[in-house]
Amino acid sequence: MAGLLSRASMVIKARISKLLDRAEDPAVTLDYSYEKQLEMLQKVKKGIADVVTAKKRLELQTQKLEQQVVKLESQARQALAAGREDLARAALEQKALAQLQLQALDQQVTGLEDQQTKLVESEKRLSAKVEAFRSQKEVIKAQYSAAEAQVRIGEAASGIGEEMADTGLAIQRARDKTEQMQARAAAVDELIEAGTLEDFTSDKTRLDRELEAISSGSQVDEELTRMKAELEAGGEKKELEGGEKS
Amino acid sequence: MIVRVMGEGQYEVADALGVRLNELDEQALAALERGDEAGLDAALEQMAALVRQEGTPLAADDLRVSDVVIPPTDLTLEETRKLVSEHGLIPDLPA
Repeated sequence: MAGLLSRASMVIKARISKLLDRAEDPAVTLDYSYEKQLEMLQKVKKGIADVVTAKKRLELQTQKLEQQVVKLESQARQALAAGREDLARAALEQKALAQLQLQALDQQVTGLEDQQTKLVESEKRLSAKVEAFRSQKEVIKAQYSAAEAQVRIGEAASGIGEEMADTGLAIQRARDKTEQMQARAAAVDELIEAGTLEDFTSDKTRLDRELEAISSGSQVDEELTRMKAELEAGGEKKELEGGEKS
Repeated sequence: MIVRVMGEGQYEVADALGVRLNELDEQALAALERGDEAGLDAALEQMAALVRQEGTPLAADDLRVSDVVIPPTDLTLEETRKLVSEHGLIPDLPA
């Protein structure tokens, strides 16, 4: 049984010979093949654009989460000032969760950056080979007899076919990873918007509500105190016990 | 001899390096067969490192075909299996 290295190159050669089997008229094959190479270059460019888009989306989510972290922190302070340690604790717990999410997002962004770098490098290599192929094909067309041209075409096409196979795999892998991440990012978006991200958004809502209740509670207290003071000043002194201040 | 490190490009290495590469290749294959992903990655990475270190990068516009191809290390076991199989991971070329 052959080793991995020879098997991997055999697989690629099999792909290339499949491609060359379709060749009939060398000159036509050359031009057609060149067109396909240009299409492949377009695919790499699109692959790079897709990775960049996915990365931007994750970066946007990162920003949102960072804002949430800041908000939760100030909510915790607010709650603590109001003597609600339980709420402050809840806010800090949620902050920790958001920070975990942020770490995961960071890793994903780094992963996409790697993909981007790889694809950019692939594009450079492929485009250099396509250019070399283009100039060789003119030479082959101009200088060689049909039989000899066939051999030369085979060589050039194999060389570029190998690069295309490698690039093709890189594009496919980048696409797989991008799709996975987009699915995950979409799920997080949906959850955030629906407010059902467990013990995160839903709790945050509860937290908001309770903090609101505290501040509206103290507003009511203040108003009561003010009213009491007005009554006391206006009316004759009664034995009403002065309102406690909080 | 010309070696392609998949995802990285081609290198020209002395034929003598083939012996060392073969040994590592056997280790990689054995790791693949016993389902040892870490072992497989380690062997592949060593091969790639050896080629990077001992070889000379081939110009990007060189149209020569590689004698051997080193699979990438960031594949799962299953993906590597597919890569080296008949209707593998490598997509059909556009034609």
